[in-house]
Amino acid sequence: MKNGILKDKTKEIVAAYAFLAPNLIGFLIFTSIPVLASLGLSFMKWDLLSSGPQFVGFKNFIELVNDPYFLKYCWNTVYLMASIPLSMTGSLLLAIALNQKLKGTVVFRTIYFLPTICSGVAIFMLWRLIYNPNFGFLNTMISSFGDLLGLKVSGPNWLTDETWAKPAFIIMSVWQGVGGYNMILYLAALQGVPRDLYDAAEVDGANSWQKFWAVTWPQISPTTFFIAIMSLIGGFQAGFDQAYIMTGGGPNGSTTTIIFYIFNNAFNWYHMGYAAAISWVLFLIVFVVTLLKWRFYGKNIHYA
Amino acid sequence: MGTHIDSLIRDEMKKEREASGTAARRKYLLAVTEFKSRSPFKRAAQRSILFILLLLGAISMAAPFLWMISTSLREANQVFVDNRVWWQEWIPTSFVWQNYLKVWEVVPFARFYVNSIVVSVLITAGQVTTSAMAAYAFARLRFPGRDKLFFGYLATMMIPGAVTMIPVFILLRHLGWIDSYKALILPGIFSAYGTFMLRQFFLTLPKDLEDAAKIDGCSYRRIFWHIILPLSKPALATLTTFTFMGSWMNLMWPLIVVNTHTKYTLPVGLAYFQGVHGTDWVLLMAASMMMILPILIVFLFNQRFFVEGIKLTGIKG
Repeated sequence: MKNGILKDKTKEIVAAYAFLAPNLIGFLIFTSIPVLASLGLSFMKWDLLSSGPQFVGFKNFIELVNDPYFLKYCWNTVYLMASIPLSMTGSLLLAIALNQKLKGTVVFRTIYFLPTICSGVAIFMLWRLIYNPNFGFLNTMISSFGDLLGLKVSGPNWLTDETWAKPAFIIMSVWQGVGGYNMILYLAALQGVPRDLYDAAEVDGANSWQKFWAVTWPQISPTTFFIAIMSLIGGFQAGFDQAYIMTGGGPNGSTTTIIFYIFNNAFNWYHMGYAAAISWVLFLIVFVVTLLKWRFYGKNIHYA
Repeated sequence: MGTHIDSLIRDEMKKEREASGTAARRKYLLAVTEFKSRSPFKRAAQRSILFILLLLGAISMAAPFLWMISTSLREANQVFVDNRVWWQEWIPTSFVWQNYLKVWEVVPFARFYVNSIVVSVLITAGQVTTSAMAAYAFARLRFPGRDKLFFGYLATMMIPGAVTMIPVFILLRHLGWIDSYKALILPGIFSAYGTFMLRQFFLTLPKDLEDAAKIDGCSYRRIFWHIILPLSKPALATLTTFTFMGSWMNLMWPLIVVNTHTKYTLPVGLAYFQGVHGTDWVLLMAASMMMILPILIVFLFNQRFFVEGIKLTGIKG
């Protein structure tokens, strides 16, 4: 009898490792070992071409702290995250509107979701055309609006002007994100607010505004916090595709983000060690945000 | 945690309401407030305003797409024209459907398309399969080191892709795999996130069926195949959709590991197209339309999975 149980246990362990094997092998080769390798690489200097990697201690990190470009690109990355509060506010308003059970809600939801679905190269190309200073759709709209008011206005050179390139990216991000995942999360959160809380507030004579701040807002605050943290984590790692397609990181480096700098260092200039060092700094930043999330939200890991 | 607070609040409010008067009086008060705040006229007006606002928003969401379509159908010299009547901004003077055919001749677009389909399908199939198998082991089987190993998976989920990207590139270069389909596909097949998500879903499945099957002497392989997988269709569909979309749109990885045209996927191909014919907007827009079309179709038919999937990954934990 005891022997049988032991046999069953062995069988279970063998089965478990058999199920696990394909994923685990891939996980070791393409994730866990590279993580360690990358840490090692960040203490080395290597251009891929010469004899081999050369240990340089903390030199990469010291260089990084004094690298004016790196600091500038960090600032760019943070600046571009201005789109986060904007699109979150938009998502919440949209979710509230779509939660009123109007006619055509499903159609609206689909349309608002389209920009999120069609992200990527094609959409960035479209926006490069939209931002064309002379004939782009946006500046055409701005000038015809000006004509309506009897003014001669012309829009800026969005993507080639250092002051406008980042706002251009922010507008595009808001357009892309406002009706997307966050809106769906907010919608689900709103539907989860218990009905009797609203009834009770109504009995107390609360108007819609008061009901929102006294009932809705506190009830959905976990969702707000979750979305904010996830957007921050994503935001620090964002900005490659759009910069690559629309501006090449310019004008004058004003749309280069951390990830774009890592890419350039590693795959254009072959500064492998330096690129690895930047990627670890990026990891550190993301890790601090994750700690914040754990601190306030418990250790439930959602996506990312 | 959230639900606990909810129930506390609810209890508190219940007590308060009971204290504030009889049920009849409460009903009366509710009816009064209902009447005050929702006179039919005011309500209809509010709803119409809301509807109009939503409509305006939807138009600004859709406008860029419509402009994209109209640009893709113009004559090449009709993209940039001064002082047009406003509707001519939106409707081409003549519809040039040949633009869509021309794209396939100017660059090896068919090749990019096939590459993208092959790469995305293989990555998706591989990732869903390996993730589901590992998730089953993590969710249902007992083996030494399980929890530590799972914690290892979780820990890597917060590491930015940029960290692993460089050593993986160096590894593939050592193996001589740069500029091959293997380099495009293999690293994408293994996902800690997919494993995590499916494990969470498997944990919610009832265990009775499996226990019964085990007593009948069913093997783990058959339990996995005949019980777990059929019960997990929504989660599998969600992972499939997201993985496919992610790899269809992925620009950076193919850019890193591939350098001959014949192995380009659509995003890299499109970027290359832009580099060569950067001002040929008509063709660029036609090509872009054709790139997003499959995703659009997948989305329109599987909307449910998107919405459910977002809720699944976002709300539960």
